[in-house]
Amino acid sequence: MMADMHDQRGEVRLTGVTRSWGETTALAGVSLTVRAGTFCVLLGPSGCGKTTCLRIVAGLDQANGGRVEIGGRDVTALPPAARGVAMVFQSYALFPHLSVAENIIFGLKARSVAPTERAKRLDRAVEILGIGHLLTRRPGQLSGGQQQRVALGRAIVAEASVCLMDEPLSNLDAQLRAEMRREILALQRRLGMTMLYVTHDQTEAMGMADQVVLLRAGRIEQDAPPAEMYAKPATSFVASFIGTPPMNLLALDGDRIRGTDFVVPGAGGLLGIRPEALRVSDAGLPARVISAEYLGADTVVACMVGDGRVLARLPGKVDLPAGAAIHLSHNRADLHLFDATSGLARPMQL
Amino acid sequence: MIRRETLQAWALILPALVLLVAFTHWPAVTTVLDSFYSTPKGSRPQRFVGVDNYAALWDDVVFWKAFWNNLWYALATIPASVILALAMALAVNTALPGRPLVRMAYFTPTMLPMIAVANIWLFFFTPDYGLFDHVLSLFGGARHNWLGEPATALPAMMVVAVWKEAGFFMIFYLAALQAMPPDLQEASNLEGGSRWYFFRRVTLPLLMPTTLFVLVNAVINAFRVVDHVVVMTRGGPNNATNLLLYYIYEMGFRFWDTSMAATLTVVLLVMLGALAWLQFGVFGKRVHYR
Repeated sequence: MMADMHDQRGEVRLTGVTRSWGETTALAGVSLTVRAGTFCVLLGPSGCGKTTCLRIVAGLDQANGGRVEIGGRDVTALPPAARGVAMVFQSYALFPHLSVAENIIFGLKARSVAPTERAKRLDRAVEILGIGHLLTRRPGQLSGGQQQRVALGRAIVAEASVCLMDEPLSNLDAQLRAEMRREILALQRRLGMTMLYVTHDQTEAMGMADQVVLLRAGRIEQDAPPAEMYAKPATSFVASFIGTPPMNLLALDGDRIRGTDFVVPGAGGLLGIRPEALRVSDAGLPARVISAEYLGADTVVACMVGDGRVLARLPGKVDLPAGAAIHLSHNRADLHLFDATSGLARPMQL
Repeated sequence: MIRRETLQAWALILPALVLLVAFTHWPAVTTVLDSFYSTPKGSRPQRFVGVDNYAALWDDVVFWKAFWNNLWYALATIPASVILALAMALAVNTALPGRPLVRMAYFTPTMLPMIAVANIWLFFFTPDYGLFDHVLSLFGGARHNWLGEPATALPAMMVVAVWKEAGFFMIFYLAALQAMPPDLQEASNLEGGSRWYFFRRVTLPLLMPTTLFVLVNAVINAFRVVDHVVVMTRGGPNNATNLLLYYIYEMGFRFWDTSMAATLTVVLLVMLGALAWLQFGVFGKRVHYR
């Protein structure tokens, strides 16, 4: 019973949320549910509406239509402070003239939380984040990663059931980004808060999320767990967005790959196959090598197949000279078929 | 042997050097020297008098009148214009219809020359048919000789100064406000900070460098700008609006007592220097620069 009540508290539900500025539509009817205590990543290319979506949940932007519910409560018309959410901004939004400690408890002072309680929450956040030695410093004296931790500290002491993050790692270098990714995920699990996390980096989404919501031009392309999004992309856009490198898409002429005599099960539209599902073998898809990029654990080989360009991710170091003629084989189960006009996934004719 | 470039460098700075020495440095030095000499008259040449000029100034009632006038003038106009400037900047920093127009209106007094401003206000203060008396008469008010009464003359000059200065300072506050990242306000909104709380805890401290700059300028202007005194009252009535710089002008160019004018100048410079030192030394330490 207690668990149920807690679960209810952090659920975020959007119903038909729309937002436009004059002619430009940022969100065209977005509906999604984030279960309490889960990590949801809003993913998409820039301008897809993911940040707008987050700001509408925070109350920093108002939706033109639709409902926003947090913990079963309609918060559509409520100001940000009354929604029970914490937020980490892309720029961290730290107050440059206040010390780290003052930055963290800024909101608690604003809400007139008792000094003893303030100190308790600050101690806890500081211990979790390991920033005890920084408390008297100003944000300008901190590195990017330390600033990030302070911003997280502010979200922790708020003890909100929902935490919103807007591209929190985009200002960090690659190594620190991977470290903070693990830390944020561990933090979310430990505190059990609902996380709504905006990013354009699909590796962040794959590595952290329980649920990925992929947006494109203000609409949801797919709302699924990462593994499902990878294995069963709902549209050709999802297929071309997820994966490193993303899925190859080849145009079909009838039941043949355009420019080849290679027959596939299914006619018309687009054929999708992941780079890591391809192998070099004696028979299969005829291909001509354009270039090979050695990445250490594997080699990404770019080839022409008919008129289309295909990337193959092959394990280890593979020496293939440009212009070499090879054959790429695959398992039938790894083929995906998409409609040419709508982009929607179609069942294979097995 | 002097290198060619060195000569060229000197040749290049020579015009500026000549102008600076002739019109800034040399007059400054001679002013200090003159303050220790008597004023040369046709029959009596200039002679060294030590600190006699300073002693004479100490006993000069008009000097003390101008000194206190200027002090009150500064104490009233500086806070009034700075607070008004901040209020106006906050007002035009929000989204409101016709914002550029309002901003321009606030800035107009700054663009007008002080002589023109003084003439406009001369009309406002005119007894009987001036703007103020005219408006007051509608409510049954009596006749006021704003600039003619010793009690109202100095406050009237203060109003003109505040009107003139506030728009200028507003521009600096506005620029500082616009440079503040909007997500600080958003973060505060999310954390439950009221508008007043955000203003007190974030906006005001972040505006401190601007405030210091504006204050230094306001102090200098309070002692430097006397154009409106020349146009409106000539220091009268009975020295009620006599300010230090105007007194220097009177001393130097109406009474031709150049030594006393030099003495007054030195006193004014020492005062301004002390004030600037105080502002930067004491106040400056508590300012957070980004």
